Amino acid sequence: MQIRLGAGFAVAAAALLLCTSWKCGQVRAAAQPNTKIAEDYASPLEMLFSPDGARLYVLCQQSEEVRVLDAAGFSVIKKIAVGHVPRGIFLSPKGDRLFVTNSWDDTLSVIDTRTLAVIATWQVGAEPSGVVENRTGTRLFVANRISSDVAVLDAQSGEEVGRLVAGRGASYLTLSPDGGRIYVTHVYPNPPRVLTDRDNRIAPESEITVIDAARAVVVDRMPLPAIAGVFHLAFSADGRLGAVAEYHPKNLVPLAHLEHGGIFAYTLTIFGADVGQPVEVPLDELERYAARPFGVAIAPDKLRIYVSCGGSEMVAVIDVPKLMRFIHAHPHSRPVSFARDLAASANYVVAHIPVGHDPRGIALSRDGSKLFVANRLDDTISVIETRTNRVTSTIALAGPKMVSPIRNGEQTFYTARYGFQGQIGCANCHIDSTFDGIQWNLEPDGFGRNIVDNKLIEGIKDTAPYKWNGGNPNIPTECGPRTEKYFWRSENYDDLTLADLSIYIRSLPPRPNRWRQANGQLTPAQERGKTIFERAVDKFQKPIPESNRCSYCHSGPNGTNHKLFDVGTRRPNDNTNMLKSSQLTNIALTAPYLHDGSAHTLEEIWTVFNPDDKHGRTNDLTKDELNDLIEYLKTR
Amino acid sequence: MTTFKALSMCAVLAALTSLAVAVPLPQAAAQKPHDAQAVPATPLVLPRFRFENFTTANGLPDNHVYSVLVDGNRIWAGTDNGLGLYENGKWKTYTTADGLAHRAVLSLALDKRTGDVWAGTMGGLSRISGGRIDSFTQLTSGLSNDVVYGVSVEGENVWIATAAGGCKLNTRTMQWSLYNERNTPMIEIWVYGVSAAPDKVYYAVWGSGLLEYTQKTGRWDKYDDPDGENEIVLFKDQGLIHEIVTSVSYVDNIVWAATYFGASRYDGRYWHNFLVKDSGLPSNFINFIKGVDARRAWFCTDKGLAYYDGVNWAVYAPSLKNGKPEMTVRDAAGKVTQVAVTSAPAHNYVLGIDFQGDDIWVATAKGLSHGIRTQ
Repeated sequence: MQIRLGAGFAVAAAALLLCTSWKCGQVRAAAQPNTKIAEDYASPLEMLFSPDGARLYVLCQQSEEVRVLDAAGFSVIKKIAVGHVPRGIFLSPKGDRLFVTNSWDDTLSVIDTRTLAVIATWQVGAEPSGVVENRTGTRLFVANRISSDVAVLDAQSGEEVGRLVAGRGASYLTLSPDGGRIYVTHVYPNPPRVLTDRDNRIAPESEITVIDAARAVVVDRMPLPAIAGVFHLAFSADGRLGAVAEYHPKNLVPLAHLEHGGIFAYTLTIFGADVGQPVEVPLDELERYAARPFGVAIAPDKLRIYVSCGGSEMVAVIDVPKLMRFIHAHPHSRPVSFARDLAASANYVVAHIPVGHDPRGIALSRDGSKLFVANRLDDTISVIETRTNRVTSTIALAGPKMVSPIRNGEQTFYTARYGFQGQIGCANCHIDSTFDGIQWNLEPDGFGRNIVDNKLIEGIKDTAPYKWNGGNPNIPTECGPRTEKYFWRSENYDDLTLADLSIYIRSLPPRPNRWRQANGQLTPAQERGKTIFERAVDKFQKPIPESNRCSYCHSGPNGTNHKLFDVGTRRPNDNTNMLKSSQLTNIALTAPYLHDGSAHTLEEIWTVFNPDDKHGRTNDLTKDELNDLIEYLKTR
Repeated sequence: MTTFKALSMCAVLAALTSLAVAVPLPQAAAQKPHDAQAVPATPLVLPRFRFENFTTANGLPDNHVYSVLVDGNRIWAGTDNGLGLYENGKWKTYTTADGLAHRAVLSLALDKRTGDVWAGTMGGLSRISGGRIDSFTQLTSGLSNDVVYGVSVEGENVWIATAAGGCKLNTRTMQWSLYNERNTPMIEIWVYGVSAAPDKVYYAVWGSGLLEYTQKTGRWDKYDDPDGENEIVLFKDQGLIHEIVTSVSYVDNIVWAATYFGASRYDGRYWHNFLVKDSGLPSNFINFIKGVDARRAWFCTDKGLAYYDGVNWAVYAPSLKNGKPEMTVRDAAGKVTQVAVTSAPAHNYVLGIDFQGDDIWVATAKGLSHGIRTQ
């Protein structure tokens, strides 16, 4: 049972922080870059049972450890420290080794389950997330979220033997029950395959990348039309039924349509021999949405599917026979979607079980009688009796009993309770407090007007004003009246909650930049690019006006001088040509670019959208010089 | 001299008897002589094929086939109107609607570590991975030019030959490196072909000779025709045969280079050049070259497909006179023999070749040919 940190103290602290921040431009950051976001909380993210069911391994992201619990009494056997911001966990088929990906270290921790000690730490790709080992114990597969690929490692030495191209934001891996295939899901949609000038107005599309575990090659890509964020995938024990949790954003209509049937559908794609062609089924009902589905488990008897829903803070229970009847009552020869049918889920969703804040990973006991749910922002595990669909107990992981302002802000960020009918929360579009790679029609000013690309929110605390047009002077304005009015269309935050939410967002450090060398030196190409970035004369020795130099508008540690400029990218459907110079923090991660996402790549900013040199003097550059400039920008 | 004659006699005798002897082609455990002329082929073997030809009539996307790639049991054909994939007896066509950078696919390469296929097109570079196509162009990426004549995969790097210099894409970092007149000895930047290996990378440059990059040191070297840009050969075997290099193949530490005016073999010290007048080449106009090993190579010319086993030559083509299938053999002594055959590549204008066990797949201007080894 947690209690909120003394309200009076929190209000005072928040007021002090906010005042200090917005009056003086300085604030006591709760966390600095490259340090833990907070020191105290466990934040359980994923769980696994040992093969004999005697132990429960809990991956705690914030305390950066694996907690090993005795599955009988749930006492802590051991806490095993791992790397920075761990994200994925996998138990080897033999049960002798536990693998943990450390997403901000780019490493993989190998834990001996007999000694419960880390026996190796291997370097892997950029932001490792999911991990699995093949049945023979010869190869490890690691999904890298930033590099959007799957690294293939020698399972004994950790040596990387190959990289497989996955979808964008490769994050979760599932080994098929027969061990023959590995299924990769992705938190960001793929870039459009066929480029047109209206790419920022097409529905996103993701995929399930299918890897042959023996040959270590990609053998298939199951398209997921209209799907953006995709999370855990599960199979029935016989391998004939697969289910994957996903977001189905409706980004082509104004966000005002939150009131008219939803701006997101939360769905499962069901596939496998039991189904035939894949079918997308919604979890939502009118006024009872299943916001941010994440974890999926299928009961051993294949009668139930369980889905944790982080934003709705509940577990949805699906009756599989009813689901099959629904699917087979609508025969189809091609992949089909019922995502827009808010009446559909009443046919097969049989229970909504309230749990804690931001429920994520779920695990079934071997006999399927109990479902364990990791409540990430409560530091608890809910234990659900699957016969009755009731929470029978809650396991408290040792941690602070009080909710700090940042923790409260994080809970606010991840919940959907403030959105109209509980449909959406901040984390819908800022997945894991980042971005979503989607262009949105936010304002209620008509279809297709003022399209904006979603931005990364890490490291934004000193980058005011906010919005692409700089219309919001600070985070409380950005997250308060604007969000309440245009996004939630429902319940307002109280002052305290808004203050905590703002503090949380301001506390988000930028993740490590993967394009900088470990020694801090720039590569020759980056060095050449830096010279171009900072130049004051062009190649014809003509002075470049100050306002047309890269280093003027994108100055300072965050790469913004906070001012508005016309960079010549206004579209006919935009209200203004004046845009705030955007911060450059980890810009390599956040394609597409420009205010409306019309530039697919960094290159296109200048090769396509800068014909008049209004977005910096660049048209005198050769192709290799432009490449150098981009290599430098990636280091920001 | 006596030894040479004796060897030649052996070769002739072998040639007379070996046309019926089947020996594996690319997979053969070939010796690696550094001087092809010094070691005869023993026993003399010249393969015979039954050619099955594919055209649009049986599913090929287009009859003009620029490139061909064997990937196990799958055959990729780069045509003037899409990328064809032949699998389980059926053709599937990938087009720009699938994300292909351009309909005309000029070059193909396989990343054996991942199974990904890289396609150089007239409109950019495409990667085909698990059925998904991602394309890179000069506007959307660091690619130097959209006309991609050649592509080669080595380790985690993709090496690219374009109409505006060479490129390297590191597939792990997605960093592009460009090679042109500003940072290499390249004079012209019209790069037609590339062949990459762990130690060396070679670029075939149209009008600027052969460019060599040493991976360990990062050093560039350039090989030119000692006769300059003249279409004459004053100094045969003293260097590259001509500046207009169209294709290069680096295998077993040997460089095989094709030009529009003959071909060259370079072992790191000595050059040996091949011309119609003193070899079995049917033409000096060579579109593509592919070495089997240090001794053997295939030459794709405008007058047929030629094979060289280190001593003897065979040319496979429909007759230029009457279109009837022909196989012409030239032995070490220069004796030319016609071998009776019933099939030939789809056309004499040959643009590419790849190997599938003992079989060959041949890209021509009027169809794709599967040469099924018969002897």
